[in-house]
Amino acid sequence: MSRKRKEILRKILLVYLPLALLMLFLLFPFYWTFITSIKPESELYGKTVTYWPKKATFEAYKRLFTEFNFLKAMFNSFVVAGSATIVSLIVSLLAAYAFSRYRFKGRRILMAMFLTNNMFPTVLLLIPLYTIMRSFGILYTPLSLVLAYTTFTIPFSVWLLNGYMNDLPQSLEEAAMVDGATRFQAFMKIILPIMTPCLIATGVYIFMTAWNEYTFAVMFTNEGNRTIPVALKSLIGQLGVEWGLMTAGGIITIVPICIMFFFAQKRLVEGLTAGAVKG
Amino acid sequence: MQHKKNSIVPYLLVAPALLIVLAVVFVPVMKAISMSFQSYDLRRPNAIQFIGFENFVSIFKDPLFWKALTKTLLWVGFGVGFQFLLGFILALLLNQKFKGRGIVRAISLIPWCTPGVLIGLMWRWIYDGNYGVLNDILLKLHLIEDKIPFLAQKATAFSSVIVTIIWQGIPFFALMILAGLQGVSQEMYEAADIDGANPIQKLFTITIPSIKNTIFVTLMLRIIWVANSVDLIFNMTEGGPAYSTQTLSVYIFSKGFSLNMGYASAMSLILTLLLSFVAIPYLIKTFREDR
Repeated sequence: MSRKRKEILRKILLVYLPLALLMLFLLFPFYWTFITSIKPESELYGKTVTYWPKKATFEAYKRLFTEFNFLKAMFNSFVVAGSATIVSLIVSLLAAYAFSRYRFKGRRILMAMFLTNNMFPTVLLLIPLYTIMRSFGILYTPLSLVLAYTTFTIPFSVWLLNGYMNDLPQSLEEAAMVDGATRFQAFMKIILPIMTPCLIATGVYIFMTAWNEYTFAVMFTNEGNRTIPVALKSLIGQLGVEWGLMTAGGIITIVPICIMFFFAQKRLVEGLTAGAVKG
Repeated sequence: MQHKKNSIVPYLLVAPALLIVLAVVFVPVMKAISMSFQSYDLRRPNAIQFIGFENFVSIFKDPLFWKALTKTLLWVGFGVGFQFLLGFILALLLNQKFKGRGIVRAISLIPWCTPGVLIGLMWRWIYDGNYGVLNDILLKLHLIEDKIPFLAQKATAFSSVIVTIIWQGIPFFALMILAGLQGVSQEMYEAADIDGANPIQKLFTITIPSIKNTIFVTLMLRIIWVANSVDLIFNMTEGGPAYSTQTLSVYIFSKGFSLNMGYASAMSLILTLLLSFVAIPYLIKTFREDR
């Protein structure tokens, strides 16, 4: 065997084959979810398992919107995730700017506080928040979920944005301020435009976590304002197990989020690994 | 440019984020601490009162607590362990040059942006004892002779949910490690080539030492996330059958769901304390790096 062929064989065995197996493992569940969503009832619960539907149908998708008002759940999720994203981004950007550009008393303690917040178990906050929201009468409103989500989105965003901002040299704003711009103008004209891709990446991550969150959502919503993850679960409770509907709902849920995520992932990883890689 | 030391501006900038976080994190944590010393059961709101350490005493006598604690250790140990191993392998593979690498890398991330509920339900359908595809595949490969009700029997339920959490965590590890790998200088590998090092030696003497910080941070984050995850198990098995898949987080969630808030709070404080053994080294490390 020539050297070149040996090299190719080696690459197939050591790279392509294991990669194909791993990707098969990672992606098969999605293939299966999609296939299930377009199978007619008869094929779903038939004697033989089919790997491609003999007769594809979009009946489940239609029923999801006509019989189960999935659009309402999508709207609720959109409102909650959107609000959580906007609120978290604004307050976190201000805080991150202060941490990155000012040296002030208590700075390190405050930063440590934001970082520590990320470490609290969801269940630790879930229970007291439930009783607090209840006594304020905001339980079962979108506001309760938005507030609950800020428990992890704000600390995370402050930390991430602080990292991005530390990578921007101070000389950028200094130059503008020497030219007579105020600090506010320098921030708006220089920092903000450069930071936009980072803000988008952080925003996508916040939106994704809020869109996908279940533990708070199932405790803090009722029929009228439940979000997608809760609605998906409820599809299972009502009439036995409706796998066709559930998988159709699943596909609708992940498509928009995956598209957003693909565009943001590179920046996001840069932010997540910034501290780790440098250290 | 030196900033004025005593300016009030930075405090004003931090204030909004700080106020929200104080209200939604610190107040609840304090409340959780106080609830854990009360018989705080929302089904019996008139009987709420201070009971000292009674909740904690009952927890330590609760066999389900000890069982859940063991399950949590196994869940985190095997779950994060294999996520790391397979994620590392995937990162090494994705670090090779081949056509379509960008696409493969992007696609491999999909499990990361999938909601935990959906992951739980998808896998529940795959594992299904009657119509599940996994049984069909194993039957066709002649690896089994009868269908296995993966999630419905004690012998297989816990390993089945662990496989699912491994599946979920591989992309995150791969992505983080890949970012680390791309920062390793090529010169070191070239030098090692000249010395005649084999790939395994290079892996252990160059690659792993160079990315040990990334590995550390990713492991810490992942341990905390996996230990806290409720949605996946809850939507696959609700902790059953016979509590065989009930981790501490799931147990606390069920207690909270049944409105026994005092008991649940006390348990979540114990979980927090246990997790702080992981969180504190991470916090110290991250903090030291930030100038």
